[in-house]
Order: sequence, then C-alpha cells, then structure tokens
Amino acid sequence: MPSLIDLMLEGRKIRQHSPWPRIVVDAHLWKYAAGELAQGGWSLLGLWGEPTTVHMAVIDRDTAEVAVISLDCPSRVYPSVSQHHPPAIRLERTINDLFGLTAEDLPDARPWLDHNRWGVRFPLSDRIDALSTTAPYRFLAAEGDGMHQIAVGPVHAGIIEPGHFRFTASGETVVRLEQRLGYTHKGIEGLMRGASVERGAELAGRVSGDSTVAYAYAFSRAAEAALQLAVPARAVWLRALLAELERLANHLGDIGAICNDASFGLMQAHCNVLREDVLRASNIAFGHRLMRDVIVPGGLGRDLDEKGRASIRAALDNIHIRFPALIELYDNTASLQDRTVGTGIVTSALARQYAAGGYVGRASGRTFDARRAPGYAPYHDLRFEVPVLDEGDVNARVWIRIREVEQSLSLANQVLDRLPGGPLRVPVAAEAGPREGMALVEGFRGDVMVWLRLDGGRIDRCHLRDPSWFQWPLLEAAIEDNIVADFPLCNKSFNCSYSGQDL
Amino acid sequence: MRKLLFQSFFRGPLTEPAPALDETAVEELAAALKRAARRRLGRSLSIREIDAGSCNGCELEIHALSNAYYDVERFGIRFVASPRHADVLMVTGPVTKNMRDALERTYHATPDPKWVIALGDCARDGGCFAGSYAVVGGVSQVVPVDLHIPGCPPPPVTILQGLLALLDRTAKTAAST
Repeated sequence: MPSLIDLMLEGRKIRQHSPWPRIVVDAHLWKYAAGELAQGGWSLLGLWGEPTTVHMAVIDRDTAEVAVISLDCPSRVYPSVSQHHPPAIRLERTINDLFGLTAEDLPDARPWLDHNRWGVRFPLSDRIDALSTTAPYRFLAAEGDGMHQIAVGPVHAGIIEPGHFRFTASGETVVRLEQRLGYTHKGIEGLMRGASVERGAELAGRVSGDSTVAYAYAFSRAAEAALQLAVPARAVWLRALLAELERLANHLGDIGAICNDASFGLMQAHCNVLREDVLRASNIAFGHRLMRDVIVPGGLGRDLDEKGRASIRAALDNIHIRFPALIELYDNTASLQDRTVGTGIVTSALARQYAAGGYVGRASGRTFDARRAPGYAPYHDLRFEVPVLDEGDVNARVWIRIREVEQSLSLANQVLDRLPGGPLRVPVAAEAGPREGMALVEGFRGDVMVWLRLDGGRIDRCHLRDPSWFQWPLLEAAIEDNIVADFPLCNKSFNCSYSGQDL
Repeated sequence: MRKLLFQSFFRGPLTEPAPALDETAVEELAAALKRAARRRLGRSLSIREIDAGSCNGCELEIHALSNAYYDVERFGIRFVASPRHADVLMVTGPVTKNMRDALERTYHATPDPKWVIALGDCARDGGCFAGSYAVVGGVSQVVPVDLHIPGCPPPPVTILQGLLALLDRTAKTAAST
C-alpha cells in the first residue's frame, strides 16, 4: 500500500500546519484517498468544510501517521467520499447543510443538521433564504407483512438529550432503526469564527458537557500547535489528571446507568456514590465539579494545592477499596448478565470501518487509543494498558469501562506521584498570518478531534469532531434483530453525545 | 450481593441534610406565584425534564440529584416520563431553533397549573451561545418561566435549593387559600 508520504509528495504541502502535515490535492488524489479509506488502509478521522474547500483527516491504520487532505472546490462541488466509504455520509450531508458544498453522487442527499428552522441556508458560507416550506423528512423504508413503526423523541422519557429515533419493528423485534439528530445544533462553529482564543476555549468546553475537559484539552492543544507554544510541564501533567478524573466519573456513571436500564438499580446506587465522590474531589481541587474552564490555551487556569491533592487521593483510594465488590456484583448476577451478554452486537468489521473510538471500538476488537498512538505528553511517560475485547456486545462495553476505571485510577495516582513543579501557564500571544493546528485527545467516549486556523489572535475557522459521529451509525446496526425493550440498554452502552454530534 | 446489602446496615446513610433555602429563588417565586391561584399540591412535585439544546452538563447534575447524597425523592420530588404527569417543566439549554417546536408542544401537553424552571446560564438568555443563527435564546422567549436556577451547570445543592423553595412557596400559598 502506498503510504501517506507518497501522497504528500504529489500534493502541495501547507507550511503553517502542525503537528501533522496538510496537503492540498486535486480531485484525482482526493478520489484516491477515498479509495484508500474504502480499502481499509486508512481510517477517517474527520471530514469538514470551508466556504470553498473540503478537508479530510486520515490516519494510517498501521503506522498511525496522520494527515489532512484538502481539496479546493470553487465550483462548490467535490467528489463524494461516502460513495466509497459510508462512514462519511452524515459528514457530507452536514457539509452541504452548513456550507452548500455538494458531494457528487452522495448516496444520501437528505439534510442532516438543517431542519429548515434556522431562517437561512448554508449559514457558514454565502447565506441564502430558508426554503419557504419544510418537506417532511423521508425516513428509510422497511417493507414486509406486519411491520409497524415506533416514533420516539425528540423529547424522551428520561433525563437525556433530544433526538428522534424511528423504529420499524416486526412484533417485538427491531427490523430497522433510523436516527434523526440535529435538535441540539447550536451553531458552535459559526460562533467560533472571529472569536478570540479564550472565547474559543470556552465554547469548546461546552460542545459536550460530559467531555468538557477533553474538549478544552483538544482545543488548547490545537491552538498551541498552531502557535508553536510549549506548555509548562506541570500543566501538561495536570491536564492528564483532569482527563483521567473525567473518564473515571463518566465510566462510573455509565456502568451504573447501563445496569439500571436492565432494572438492576443497586449497581447504579453504588456507582453513583463513587461518581459523586470524584465530582466533589474535583470541585475541591479545581473549583468546579466537572472541571469546566480549567484547561486553557497556554496551560492551566488553576493550580492544584495540598488540600486538592489530598481530596483526590482520598476519592481514588475509596474507589480502589469499593469498586472490586461492584465488579463482583456485576459478574455474578445472572439476571443482569442475561440482559447484557449477546445483546447489541457490533461486529469488529464495522467498528474498524467506522473507526469507532473509545469503548465502542475497543469492545469490538479495535485497539486504537489516541493516548497511545499517535500519542501525546505525558502519556508516553505513564504506564497503562488499553483493554480490548472482541465480543462487541453490551457486556463487552461494560467490561471495557470496568477495566478503564482501573487504568484511570492507576494513571491519576501516577500523575499525583510524579507531578513536576514550576509554572502553570505561558501567555498566548497573537501571531500574525494564518497558522493552523490540530489535536486528537482521548476523551472518555473516544477520540475528540479539533482542527483550527488562527489569524492575528482570532479564530478564522475551528472544527470540532466528536467521537459520536462514528458511533451513532453503529448503534443502528447493533440494535437490528434485538427486541425494542433492549434499546435503552444498547443506547446507554454506547452513550453517544447528541450535543457533541449536533454541535 | 448479600454481603454488599448487609454492609449497608452498618455504613449509615450517606444522605445529607436538606440545604437552606435560596433567598433569591424564594423571592423570585413569591412574585411568580402571586400571578395565579395555585391548587394544593401537597408536598409533592412531579418534574418533566426537557433538554432544549443544552450541552448535557445540566443533565449530569440533574441526574446527580437522585444519588444517595441528595436523594431528591425524600422531598416528594420525582422525575416523570411524560409531560402529562408533570407539575413542573425543568428546561435546560439555550433553546435551539430546531428544538423550539418540541418545547412548545411539551409545554402545551402539560396540564395546568404548571410551573417552568429554566435551569442553567444558557436557559436564562442563551448564555455563551446567544446570537447564533441556530439559537432562539433563553427559555422565556418561548414559554413563560417562573424560576431561574443559575450556574454552568448549577451544582445539585443549588438545584435542590430552588426546588425546595418552590415546594415551600406552593405549600404556603395553598395553606392561605
């Protein structure tokens, strides 16, 4: 297989892009890249637009080389990637909604985020008036005797985010699930344009509340890459502590919530106490339960003092003592296992094709973890394992989380043991001229990608890609042939972000 | 499992005493409740939560209300699955244009008398998302709001204070009528 390097030699390299290369290619090379994605040599990290350009970020599956490939399309038409590589379908529909750039031969031309409610079309490009009438959304058909549809949402029965699910069922068995999202679209990438770096970090931290640390982390690292800023060692290490605490809190909440969706409330009661302990320790240490706005471009906004360190240690020690009994409880409750084992299977082929990150990918044999490869500081200096299973069912996604709780406990303790002293933050100066940066950060849900271009201290364009983009479609596949009553269980085992996807 | 349940006998409850009432919330409510006579609710509130476009941070803290430390159900407050069962709509997020219709419909599906709580900084005026092409703004631009609980997101204790203030006021109003 020709490597990414060969492609770079043929395209025009953009000098101000870091840490990975960006290459401007022609339509022929763009199609070649789509072919490589389809054949599985590369995985798709992201696909996004600008008024007359489309970009795709890819990662080589073997070498973990990353590159951004750009295609100018002044005619506002570009060759479709999803025609060859279905994981790109929703991304290309979004590019059309936001920029009015058309993917030639796009297999699914329906709008995605645009529900015709914004009053404008193509809000991030040359805006035009909205359509005068809103055509009903055409859900995909499922035909056969005795089929019925169940429409759920956007307002759901639980305390969860809004989205619409259209089930077609035959009796109790789900024949097809189709998602319709976009309800929480806030136009964050529109608000980013022209914003200061500080405001950008604030917005990034509000893309998906459960991943506020991961987003602030990714945004800050992208901005620092663009500006060639070196962050002080203490901040680099503390960022990892924040990220692991966030992972710990979310995984504990998820493990409990998944069991609760199988009507096993005892597990949730205990897991939520441990989760609350983490949030309270985070509040004492960093002044906010979810640690929002603590990571800022240039370093960290708040230092860890002795009291904070002690409270985090106490929370970690408590989980270390109490968690094993909960693992045993999960493992030895037959009625619970009966619900989770063999339910909602994602095949490893699909997980690989969609480059699904986080526990969704790792429960289906995909070893990718952004902390390992491409990797970033300080994780090269920390000892940790990346748990991987092959079964791909709800049970496997629970076990990946259980193992990651153990790894995060260890990682957080390692950071506290070896935390270097020194300054916490460097000033972020406004540099003239366009400068582009990119970062991949492993959030609790999977890899968060941020790409941005700064110009004179302002954000010219910033794209934030949630891991959910490549997980939501797999939920549609996982639920097929399962019973409707197992949907909440499957959905919770994925725990995709609506807000992160809708942006 | 038996061992774990048995240990609970000796650990003592984790549940914490109720927080003091939030004065600003009480005042805001006093004004709101004068507007109409309220039917007696007893000391019980059924809440329907609506995410009208939030980042999901507020949802995390609403969930936390049900953990053993806060145990919101001891106050007679519970979260219900349908607006038809609700006394209170708790709305989070800047209202997005894509959610406006769903929020209005949910409001109209809730029987009177009803209260609306706007939860979080975004729910007041759109917060940091105000001005976006995709955002309407605060909850009060779409449905009438009786109480606002600030924060990004408000911690569970703050939410609880607001809810207790609502209970306290409705009980007093009902007693005096």
